[in-house]
Amino acid sequence: MPTSRFSSIACTVATLLASGSAAALDPKDLHFGEALYYAHQELYFEALERLDAEIAQHQRVDEPQLDSLYRQFGYARFCVGDFELSYRMDHRAGRAIRLVLEGDVAEPVRNEGAFRLARIHFQKGRPEDALQALERIHGEIPVGIRDDIEFLRANVLMALGRPSEAVEALRGIRDSQELTGFAAYNLGIALLQDGRQREAFEQLDRAGRVDGGDGSTLAIRDKSNLVLGSLLFEASEFGEAQGTLDRVRLDGPFSNQALLRAGWADASAQNFERAVVPWAILAEREPTDAAVQEALLALPYSYSQLSVYGRAALLYERAAQVFGGELAKLDSSLESVTAGEFLKALVREEIRQDKDWVIRLRSLPEAPETFYLTSLMASHDFQTALQNYLDLEDLRKKLVSWQTSLDAFDDLIRVRRKYYEPLLPEMDRSFRRLDAQMRLRLEQREQVDRRLQEMLVAPRPEYLATADEQGAKAQLEQLEARLGGASGPQAEALRLRIDRLKGVLRWGIEMQYHQRLTEAYVHLRELEPEVAALKTQYDAFVRTRQQANHGYAHQASAIRGLRARVHKAQKRLDVLMPAQGHVLELVAARELRIRRERLVAYQDQARFAFADSYDRAVKAQAH
Amino acid sequence: MRDGLVEIRLWTALLALLGTLAAPPGLAEEVSKQQMQSLDEQVQVIKSDVLGIGAELDQLEEKLLYPSGTQVAVFLSLAEGQTFRLDSVQIQIDGQPVAHHIYSFKELEALQNGGVQRIYTGNVATGEHQLEVSVAGKLPRGGDFGGKQRFGFRKDAPPAIVGITLAERPSGDAGIEIGRW
Repeated sequence: MPTSRFSSIACTVATLLASGSAAALDPKDLHFGEALYYAHQELYFEALERLDAEIAQHQRVDEPQLDSLYRQFGYARFCVGDFELSYRMDHRAGRAIRLVLEGDVAEPVRNEGAFRLARIHFQKGRPEDALQALERIHGEIPVGIRDDIEFLRANVLMALGRPSEAVEALRGIRDSQELTGFAAYNLGIALLQDGRQREAFEQLDRAGRVDGGDGSTLAIRDKSNLVLGSLLFEASEFGEAQGTLDRVRLDGPFSNQALLRAGWADASAQNFERAVVPWAILAEREPTDAAVQEALLALPYSYSQLSVYGRAALLYERAAQVFGGELAKLDSSLESVTAGEFLKALVREEIRQDKDWVIRLRSLPEAPETFYLTSLMASHDFQTALQNYLDLEDLRKKLVSWQTSLDAFDDLIRVRRKYYEPLLPEMDRSFRRLDAQMRLRLEQREQVDRRLQEMLVAPRPEYLATADEQGAKAQLEQLEARLGGASGPQAEALRLRIDRLKGVLRWGIEMQYHQRLTEAYVHLRELEPEVAALKTQYDAFVRTRQQANHGYAHQASAIRGLRARVHKAQKRLDVLMPAQGHVLELVAARELRIRRERLVAYQDQARFAFADSYDRAVKAQAH
Repeated sequence: MRDGLVEIRLWTALLALLGTLAAPPGLAEEVSKQQMQSLDEQVQVIKSDVLGIGAELDQLEEKLLYPSGTQVAVFLSLAEGQTFRLDSVQIQIDGQPVAHHIYSFKELEALQNGGVQRIYTGNVATGEHQLEVSVAGKLPRGGDFGGKQRFGFRKDAPPAIVGITLAERPSGDAGIEIGRW
């Protein structure tokens, strides 16, 4: 199962959960989950884009504790650092992790942050800074990274030329399950650097026998055996060297080197019959590999040492032919590199879809510039330059496609403007009218509500008089006014009637006051759903109106701004890409020239040895 | 195994090996370490700039194409520990097919590792809607894994965010759950 660099994250979460220092991951924050979805596919640009946006959004909300990212916020910040590191942005990654360190976080989280920061420093070749970061670790450490911290500390100490301290750090973790093989191997190397050769040999021997089925453990086991075999060979312990090199798997990444050295161990012990076996296997492998090329010469050499000159001559001849073919390939490669074809081949999209694209490139008959790419990949400088170049090419494609998107957005805005602009003035006029009416009614309702509240404290029966009662009351007051100061029995009788009627009226209003107050209150409350519906409709209209406006009015300037930034970035890419490409070409050309010089020497040797073996074979036949 | 660490381990191991057995590969005379470093820094700066542009462009796209008043987004994830092979998912809204995704190995692995896929973003009117999810795949034991389920959801003023979680039921059928965010 192929794993991404980011697979480390899953372990981190498990670690944090186990130590109880981070919140459980549920409920999920979907946008954070989306970023993880991209990161697990090694699409770090997309992952960072999503996660940056989600974190920014979280930091803007008024009540972050209600946001779905709240419980995963610390972890999300760590992930930003991890994604940035995986996207080869170590400056930003360091900043992201420092932010976590400076925040108010639990001790295990802080220690994990310090460890990650140290790892970045170390990867970027800054062991002093790495050690400083490691020294910040104290107190509670998440269980899952304890051994990793010591392992990193040992690596840092070795890089600082302090192997004896590295040995001490490694001794404590040499039986670590997680670091099977790696700690044991590095302990061997540290002992060697510390000048304790015998102990180093014993330790490397142990590392070369570790159990473990996973690919990386098998690879480090092979490497331990290869290194130990080579050291024993240099110490002229050829028999021991042979036995150790035999333990390297024939199909592993170090098998070519191991076969070559195994052959030399036999040859140095004057055991040429045995040397023929590994070299014969190796001579049939991919001829672009340097070990295979050396074996093509070494194999006939051992036959000549066994006095089988005819076979040696044939094999030298074959070697000269193979070298000739390889030289032609190298010349084509160099020519294509100089002509700029190499860079074009590297960015071929259909090739990069395949995870083994580097290997596939080699087999493309129409792309000679890539024949030696796998060998070039062994160079750290080349790998860095290549990754940067490929990243820049991805950015270039993104910018081109965004430019197209911006053109489409411009069109969209134009169409929306054309549609909305004639409609909006009339719509706004109608809205203003309705808005004024609505505000008036809502204000009236509020006033009634306020009055009813006051009447609960200070009763005002007259406020609850019906329209008829108010009319009758007004009429009675009018009649009373008309009577004015009139006197006499008739006037007195009328006044009495008016008073009686006023009394009846007042009696009715006051007797029904409580019932009326309750009814008024109920009626007012009955209005509430209507008012709420009106408000929803009003809000929906305002929103739609705003969106209509946002649909074109405010976006034009945003698009202009973005277009300018895209343009500026493209300009910078136009300068940076050729510069990065040039570095790549220089490194590639240099590596290819070194290989060429070696091949020329090999070819001369093969030709000379062919002639010599041929003569000897003829002489042997004559005798 | 943590690959970042494996990388350090191998790198360290390689450095150690080279240091012990051979001279480390030097740089081409024409390219100095400083030049390489300076280029690397410039590449990092431009990555940062382009990330910023991308984020802003995403926001603009959302405002223009999927305003919150009509936006609906459908996310898909797998329940923890699922081992079935998800081949395809189809989404219909109100009877109309809106998304059909066929999964690559990498995408499936990303889902199994806790990733969440945004499978659809679109627009619907305010009110009640029907969402239909159909899935197809294979069980680790070789049988078919599949099913179809319909759910109702309501679109209000904020964006409608719908999360679908897939899991294998004891019967081997697809368990499809929906949640609102």
